[in-house]
Amino acid sequence: MNSMINDSSSATALRDNADVAEALGRTYSAGFITEIEMTGLPPGLDEDTIRALSAVKHEPQWMTEWRLEAYRHWLTMAKPDWAKLNIDPIDYQAISYYAAPKKQPKSLDEVDPALLETYEKLGVPLHERAALAGVAVDAVFDSVSVGTTFRKQLADAGVLFCSMSEAIREYPEIVQKYLGSVVPTGDNFFAALNSAVFSDGSFVFIPKGVRCPMELSTYFRINAQNTGQFERTLIVAEEGAHVSYLEGCTAPKRDENQLHAAVVELVALEGAQIKYSTVQNWYPGDENGVGGIYNFVTKRGDCRGDDSKICWTQVETGSAITWKYPSVVLRGDRSVGEFYSVALTHHFQQADTGTKMIHLGRHTKSKIVSKGISAGKSSNSYRGLVKMEKGAEGARNYTQCDSLLIGKQCGAHTFPYMEVKNPTAIVEHEATTSKISDDQMFYCRARGIAEEDAVSMIVDGFCKQVFRELPMEFAVEAKKLLEVSLEGAVG
Amino acid sequence: MLKIENLHARVAGREILKGLSLEVNAGEVHAIMGPNGAGKSTLGNVLSGRDGYEVTAGTVSYNGVDLLTMAPEARAAAGVFLAFQYPVEIPGVNNTYFLRAALNAQRKARGEKELDSMQFLKLVRERLKVMQISDELLHRAVNEGFSGGEKKRNEIFQMAVLEPQLAILDETDSGLDIDALKQVAQGVNTLRSPERAFLMITHYQRLLDYVVPDFVHVLANGRIVESGDKSLALKLEEHGYAGLGAGAAA
Repeated sequence: MNSMINDSSSATALRDNADVAEALGRTYSAGFITEIEMTGLPPGLDEDTIRALSAVKHEPQWMTEWRLEAYRHWLTMAKPDWAKLNIDPIDYQAISYYAAPKKQPKSLDEVDPALLETYEKLGVPLHERAALAGVAVDAVFDSVSVGTTFRKQLADAGVLFCSMSEAIREYPEIVQKYLGSVVPTGDNFFAALNSAVFSDGSFVFIPKGVRCPMELSTYFRINAQNTGQFERTLIVAEEGAHVSYLEGCTAPKRDENQLHAAVVELVALEGAQIKYSTVQNWYPGDENGVGGIYNFVTKRGDCRGDDSKICWTQVETGSAITWKYPSVVLRGDRSVGEFYSVALTHHFQQADTGTKMIHLGRHTKSKIVSKGISAGKSSNSYRGLVKMEKGAEGARNYTQCDSLLIGKQCGAHTFPYMEVKNPTAIVEHEATTSKISDDQMFYCRARGIAEEDAVSMIVDGFCKQVFRELPMEFAVEAKKLLEVSLEGAVG
Repeated sequence: MLKIENLHARVAGREILKGLSLEVNAGEVHAIMGPNGAGKSTLGNVLSGRDGYEVTAGTVSYNGVDLLTMAPEARAAAGVFLAFQYPVEIPGVNNTYFLRAALNAQRKARGEKELDSMQFLKLVRERLKVMQISDELLHRAVNEGFSGGEKKRNEIFQMAVLEPQLAILDETDSGLDIDALKQVAQGVNTLRSPERAFLMITHYQRLLDYVVPDFVHVLANGRIVESGDKSLALKLEEHGYAGLGAGAAA
């Protein structure tokens, strides 16, 4: 048995040039609040809350029982403390577990204009007539989905794309078969909580042999105060099916921390491919570290069939705290898992993010490219596990993990774990830590490029490997987002 | 165009330039030669505004304005170009993209219209041809993985696109083999014009075989100790800097 645990290599930025970063407050353009009549459950969590939640959503009995079982398990669990994060205690009784706009629309035409306006401001096309981008959207506002576009075109192709609540009612046999099959209810503290109280999310089912005719996307928006968002997303690609799915997230500026605890499960059967891209821009808190979203997410894909492939791409710029490790279980022979990540932290943001690649099948391959950018007083950690189980004959992993530091008060840390139980498996790990050097800055400036533009350019170059994995429109958005997020990092 | 008077400058608390004076007019090519540590590169860095170089006395006037109070990017927009002794790598940033961003930033600062990608590409193709540089260079990241010669040629190519009024070449010839040297020299010669001035900082005489300067200055111990025409460079080659006598020692 070959087993190796490679512990922390960490670095703290040093940039003598003192023209860095005392925060001109970054601009968070999605920070507005929508005034809309809401209905919901009062704060607090017990079995009655869960029954009430399940009843509001007209769920079948089995779903209520599933939730209660998860809740009982959660009560026995302790919150994980191994991440390099300082988290103020969370009062789970102070959170409301359900908030929804009062008027529930039957179709997109009935959606409250205030809501449509909200998504308009965020640049998300909800009206099919206006949706020239050709991307089907499911919009989740606080705890409920407010509309899914292009349903007819998708249905014609045999693709099911709707909110999770709807899927539980309409497609119970598929949901029952796959829900919790990748992330079991008791997987971890936050996954158990999510399983008990999850509100809404997206459901995607691509039947055998179908290539989804368009990009699917879900736009998550937290609006209500003192409300947690517990999204639950399930994507199943049957044999030979292909799908590309995007998710975006924003929230208003509020002084209190808000909780977002999501679970996303992906299942790829034989020869199926799932590409899952995230641009996460939850409110990060202000320049003094007040407010912001606590983002605790369990995302896992299961390459259940041979020759299947799951690819996670994430651009994480938001949230006060990010705890997130999108993973792939490489069960099928020759299955492929990929993880491309850009995580940017500024001011007092903390991120502990990375991936797990669990190789079970023969000749499985995984690739990890992680780019961490730290500015201000933030802390940014990569944590990744590569596990080669006994049966992972000839399996390969390549990991590249780069950190870029801007300013001298931030930190970047790398925690790679490797467990290799098959002698024919090959694991490669490369890591670098660099800072934007004075030389690079001067070179740009001597050519006429102003400081902030130079920083954007250098950061963009640093992230290039990840950006090119994103669908075109998202890549443009991601680049802009980084620019905005770095405002005031220099100057 | 450029008037340097009694310039004193310190780096890390140590005085490097000790009363340097120099005047450069449009259309002229000046070579600055001198031994290691004389302050040659410091002069280039002070003129282009690098951090960490503290001017303690003296003035630098460029087209009648005080150059020393301007930010590096403002100097670039005003037409000052420094060809780096050690060009810097910027991983992942495309060479063409970088150059277009630079040119448009300069144009914007001067109140000129920015070039769109078609106009820019046309300009680049034109300059590539003149400089005899392969366009393969364009598709790579800025200086990343470039050989020493490629880096220096890229500097000259940037100069050709940016069309500065005052070009400062900081040891552009160092580390080049004879073919690369000839190419760089040819690039510089192509760009010589009555409106443009060159300040060539160099350690060796050999560049001056290919780019013939109007003036040669010897920089030693932080000031210009001797000025002359091209023959001065040949004299230095023969006798070395040690043969300069009283001026250098003072």
